[in-house]
Amino acid sequence: MKNDEGKIIKRFRYQIAIFLSVIGPGLITANVDNDSGGIFTYSQAGAKYGYLPLWTLIPITLLLIVTQEMSSRMGAVTGKGLSDLIREEFGLRTTFFLMIALVLTNFLNVISEFAGIASSLELFHISRYISVPICAVAVWFLVVRGNYRSVEKIFLVACCLYVTYIVSAFLLKPDWKEAAIYSVKPILMFDTDYITMLIAMVGTSIAPWMQFYLQSAIVEKGITTKDYVQSRIEVIVGCILTDVVAFFIIVSCATAIWAHGPKDINDAADAAVALKPFGQYAYLLFSAGLFNASFFAACILPLSTVFTVCEGLGFESGVDKRFHEAPEFYWLYTLLVGFGAAVILWPNFPLIKMILASQVLNGVLLPFVLIYMVILINKKGLMKEWTNSAAYNAVAWVSVAIMIGLTLALASITVRQMMPQAKLAPTNSAPVAQVQSYDSQRHAFKTDVHVSRIAHLIRQAIGIGKFTD
Amino acid sequence: MADDFLFLTELLGLKVYDLKGRRLGLVKDAAIVPLIHPSRVDRFLVGGGWAWLTVRYDQIRSITLDGIYLKDEQLTPYHSDEYMLRLVRDLLDQQIIDGQGRKVVRVTDITFKIQHEADGEVISILDVDIGLRSVLRRLAQGAIPRRLIRRVQVLIPPHSIRWEHCSIIEADPQRRLRLNISNKILERMHPADVADIVEDLSPDDREAIFETMDSEVAAETLSEMEPDVQASILESLETEKAADIVEEMSPHEAADVLAELEEQTSEDILEEMEVEPKAEVEELLEYKENSAGGLMNTEYVALPEDATVAGAIEALKQHEEILESLNTLFLVDANEQLKAAIPLARLFTAAGATPLRDLAPETLIQVDVDEREDRITELFDKYNLLTLPVIDTAGKLAGVITVDEIISLLREK
Repeated sequence: MKNDEGKIIKRFRYQIAIFLSVIGPGLITANVDNDSGGIFTYSQAGAKYGYLPLWTLIPITLLLIVTQEMSSRMGAVTGKGLSDLIREEFGLRTTFFLMIALVLTNFLNVISEFAGIASSLELFHISRYISVPICAVAVWFLVVRGNYRSVEKIFLVACCLYVTYIVSAFLLKPDWKEAAIYSVKPILMFDTDYITMLIAMVGTSIAPWMQFYLQSAIVEKGITTKDYVQSRIEVIVGCILTDVVAFFIIVSCATAIWAHGPKDINDAADAAVALKPFGQYAYLLFSAGLFNASFFAACILPLSTVFTVCEGLGFESGVDKRFHEAPEFYWLYTLLVGFGAAVILWPNFPLIKMILASQVLNGVLLPFVLIYMVILINKKGLMKEWTNSAAYNAVAWVSVAIMIGLTLALASITVRQMMPQAKLAPTNSAPVAQVQSYDSQRHAFKTDVHVSRIAHLIRQAIGIGKFTD
Repeated sequence: MADDFLFLTELLGLKVYDLKGRRLGLVKDAAIVPLIHPSRVDRFLVGGGWAWLTVRYDQIRSITLDGIYLKDEQLTPYHSDEYMLRLVRDLLDQQIIDGQGRKVVRVTDITFKIQHEADGEVISILDVDIGLRSVLRRLAQGAIPRRLIRRVQVLIPPHSIRWEHCSIIEADPQRRLRLNISNKILERMHPADVADIVEDLSPDDREAIFETMDSEVAAETLSEMEPDVQASILESLETEKAADIVEEMSPHEAADVLAELEEQTSEDILEEMEVEPKAEVEELLEYKENSAGGLMNTEYVALPEDATVAGAIEALKQHEEILESLNTLFLVDANEQLKAAIPLARLFTAAGATPLRDLAPETLIQVDVDEREDRITELFDKYNLLTLPVIDTAGKLAGVITVDEIISLLREK
């Protein structure tokens, strides 16, 4: 009898040990998710549109869970990275063009991480000409010399700084009722800025590079189908955590900034206002959180990109290799970090605009990565009994359709706006639609939108959202 | 054609002409049949019309960049053949093991050698191409004329592996047999290199390799791997095969691996093992992982107190298998109590009749089985030890801790 008890305890201990050993990939990914791009995109969303964009968080969380769960499942079942699988199943040419797109997008993301570093330290009047080169060199050595692993835990712990947003949101006494309503009430406007914002929000939460990173991390950690259940829990918890933080960033910014008049976030000082309940420490907390997030991501992102590319194209990779053994690996890595940092040093480089733009590009690339993921994960030969269920596929395909739809809508509006007005504008060249989409008593905000007839049709076809013509 | 080689990317899409110069179709794939010939391209699969046709190697008059001309028109429709290794489907873009570079690589292209025979031309696989040059060739093929690509590509240094150094990775045991895939290349490598390669593979492929590898080589390879990988491999294997491999490992390594496994699995494996190694492993399993007992192994040579140098050398001849890592001899009394530790090198300068006791250093450094690991590393550092004897609660010699164990321990931190 006693022996049995001992066995149960031993068994229980084993379970805990397994859980702790698979912890990591999901939570790290979740935290890197709220990098400088994340912080600024959510801040901008709250500052400019108030509680309005909150509704996106539920579908985003759902999609985030679905994509990350798919990445980790593919990693656990096949034991191969995403770019490996794409190469094996779709050939070199497809892989090559996808990699080109990924490198370009990720390059902008690297720039945005360094922009995050620069802007966080500029709050303390540290010139970017000092901070960025130092951090670039630090990142390069930390990763190449392989001491990155030892500092990873520090980054992870420092991610607790996000708690400041939660505290701040409560201290700011936001209009919880309104926040709750707009969390579930979808509002769609055919306004370039708004659509751009939506794409950026999806792009920053579900960054394409993250799927590659997560799958490789799962493989590297040696997680197999046997201990996949624990890994799945971790991934889901991580996803929810990411978006809880996002929610509070938006609410804080909506209350602290937007409520006094909607505005664009132009620098870190603007965004730091969201933490104003902390008084004189607001800058310090914001700066520390942003710096940590940016530096953390600056370590992971270029490295993950280079691994993905080298895996996909079949080049030797790994920081344990010497330079002449893996020249492509080291060159690409050095170029990414070097140029990513150098661009920031361009005089008057618009830091925040760049950060937001990179997240939009993430959102544009995402559906294409998703398409490959869904095709791969439904291959019986690859996944055996672990293929997608119908519900999963539905969520994935609908998301692909929506993201492509949003991208096309954005593209068409942008193109139309660039065209000479006379040619394409409707007969009455005055604004066709005045979208007054938000009727809060305090600050009704108005956006004049030039909508072409085509966009008009799309709008009617989709038929969701709130329009007052 | 001046050059006597052809790339797979060039072969694909090459037009095939019959005796009268009529176009039959385009090359879609090529296959070797390893059981018949390890490198000769045996079949060309030609697409055009309703179905693919199969062209046998001896039906070809000439192969050039301008097309393939046949000398025999008796073509058969293509049907899937288990014995065929289709180059595009099974090899291109897949991973293979590079036996010489000792790593896993991905096939970007394949280089063939064209052999001119009396009445025709035969191509066989010469190299597997990896690296930038072949990537360029793949990307440009179809967009730029073949001859131009050849001229441009020389700007980039080639990166290829001889076909005979390549080992195909295939998880399905049936197909391994049909495709005549062996682990010969792996078995010739150093176990540490094999371990690195196998760690790079997917779980299924790992399992396939261990399932078919000689148990002794498998045991050596497994010993070189990370504990969590060891555990996942053993768990994926049939219990019987796992037990065979564990038996071949040294008892203390076997105990380390089994301690990593889920209890039920490790019990099952122990059950399957032979009695002798099993008892020793079970004994070692009793000790805590991070204590002296968990670190020690039982590969030592202990001699009676009154042994001489000549007697010691005689005894060493009985233990050929552990000589490679042996550097210390131990003296025990009639009650198996440890009395002295003698550095092996001392034997060479002493006369044959010298009692070993006289060669022993003044102090005997030893630890109890439950000594903590940080204390042990400290001892190794302080006394510059190579081997540290471990005694059990009764003062008997239980095992030894060697310096390589300490190095692994420190590297993990």
